[in-house]
Amino acid sequence: MLERSWPAEGATRVPYWVYQDEDIYREEQRRIFLGPAWNYLGLEAELAEPGSYITTFVGEMPVVVTRDMQGELHAFENRCAHRGALIAMHARGRAERFNCIYHNWTYDHAGNLTHVAFRKGIGGKGGMASDAKPESQAPKKLRVEALHGIVFGTLSESTPPLAQYIGPQILPRLARVMIKPVKLLGTYTQVLPNNWKLYMDNVKDTYHASLLHVFFTRFRINRLTQKGGVFVSADGAHHCTYTEMVEDRGDAYEAGGMRSAGGAHDFRLEAPELLEQVDELGDNVAIQILSLFPGFVLHQIRNSLATRQVVPKGIDRTELHWTLFGFADDDEAMLRRRLLQANLVGPAGYISMEDGAATGFVQRGVAASPDRASVIEMGGAAIGSGDSRVTETAVRGLWKAWRSYMQV
Amino acid sequence: MSGTDFELRLQVEELHARYAHALDNDELERWPEFFTANGRYRITTAENEARGLPLPVLYAEGHGMLRDRVASLRHANIYEPQRYRHMVSNVLVEADGAGVKSVATFLVVRIMENGEAMLFASGRYVDRISRGEMRYEERVVICDSRRFDTLLAIPL
Repeated sequence: MLERSWPAEGATRVPYWVYQDEDIYREEQRRIFLGPAWNYLGLEAELAEPGSYITTFVGEMPVVVTRDMQGELHAFENRCAHRGALIAMHARGRAERFNCIYHNWTYDHAGNLTHVAFRKGIGGKGGMASDAKPESQAPKKLRVEALHGIVFGTLSESTPPLAQYIGPQILPRLARVMIKPVKLLGTYTQVLPNNWKLYMDNVKDTYHASLLHVFFTRFRINRLTQKGGVFVSADGAHHCTYTEMVEDRGDAYEAGGMRSAGGAHDFRLEAPELLEQVDELGDNVAIQILSLFPGFVLHQIRNSLATRQVVPKGIDRTELHWTLFGFADDDEAMLRRRLLQANLVGPAGYISMEDGAATGFVQRGVAASPDRASVIEMGGAAIGSGDSRVTETAVRGLWKAWRSYMQV
Repeated sequence: MSGTDFELRLQVEELHARYAHALDNDELERWPEFFTANGRYRITTAENEARGLPLPVLYAEGHGMLRDRVASLRHANIYEPQRYRHMVSNVLVEADGAGVKSVATFLVVRIMENGEAMLFASGRYVDRISRGEMRYEERVVICDSRRFDTLLAIPL
């Protein structure tokens, strides 16, 4: 059991030890990532061909995701039954079978051990005894489900079916983005100097977006005064926030003296075509950020579409694997638009470069105060959907779900 | 190598050097001037290039977009004070009709305000240069690694 107690205030406080303790980090691997949660594995478009595979992570577990010759998706631990070496060492590829390089043990696309080199020895000498059971240490297999072109896996038999796990509040918001076959545009990794949960906190924090990200506010891309809202799943685990395309002409930020409004400095883009949006999804939404517990984000920022996979690499290090995509039927103008709007996101993103800095500041700021806690009281103590984004309701949802998994 | 080729090589190396010094000296406002009026600047990764995937980490075409990037870094984006130190070497130069092609390798060390320094990026500059103006018509920055630490604020 974890010897930790939560502050008496409950949902409105998050103690800083959650970002610092090695014990917590280890338990999260077991109870969350390897437990009853669906983890993002990749896009179906990355596994288009029979025999193709990608390698990724579920928490710290290395995982191979495959499409077999019959077209079926599989995922299994990237660990040989013999000595534990990686079975697949490349990021992606096509393979008829997987041979561990160490001693050439062989696996099929489902992760079944199909051949042990020299199992019966050579010339009647050496080899394994007839009752040896190398399969007893076989790589763990994941249950795999693909939904709207996105592939997820879970290591637990008790995880509910994926659609049920995501729930009726969030699933339609995921479906509204994934309307057509996807075309991969590219990938990169942003290394964040903080605990993985600080990034998820940040993603779910609708209150910060227009205050930290000045680019948003100066150009009136996203202000809390614009029409929008937030959806939170019943268990608090997943969230979705959106902003409509209507231009905000109010002056709440200027009147409030917010740094992000820019004061007297009149900041205008010389090349505003960077931001021109075509309403390709047909519902007048400019920005939608969706997250699924524990570490998946899907964004639509104007015509920029991407998944982000949160991969923990220690208590104070997180990798964010970005995969930007368009649709298979994009014309040249749409492709150009998506590539221009790639400037908004990623490590050099006009509106996302600050996230890594801000979450790193928290990791450093709380270094000596595991006994103190975040104050998360915007919007009161409630956890639920609403039409205001001046709230931390989705952040409280994250911690409700986390505490339920971790039993603290 | 003829005298003309030698002179061209010196001009290209001088351009690369002035570009690196401008960024390392925090003279970001001068950065757009290293490009022709319609010049293109793109940062990508060797992995995306090898896969034929078009995704840029950063992309700008023309002085307007280049100046927007600088204005945003100066007035909008929040990032810890930091500097770069560029090392540019192995410069190849090839005259190509009215233009010039150049490939060069780079290392960029990033130095934070607290003194922490790290090897932030390595890769290749693949350039097309206007011979008349001695400015970049296109500068493609192909980073060897797909990983970027925390954020990429200052251009490479």
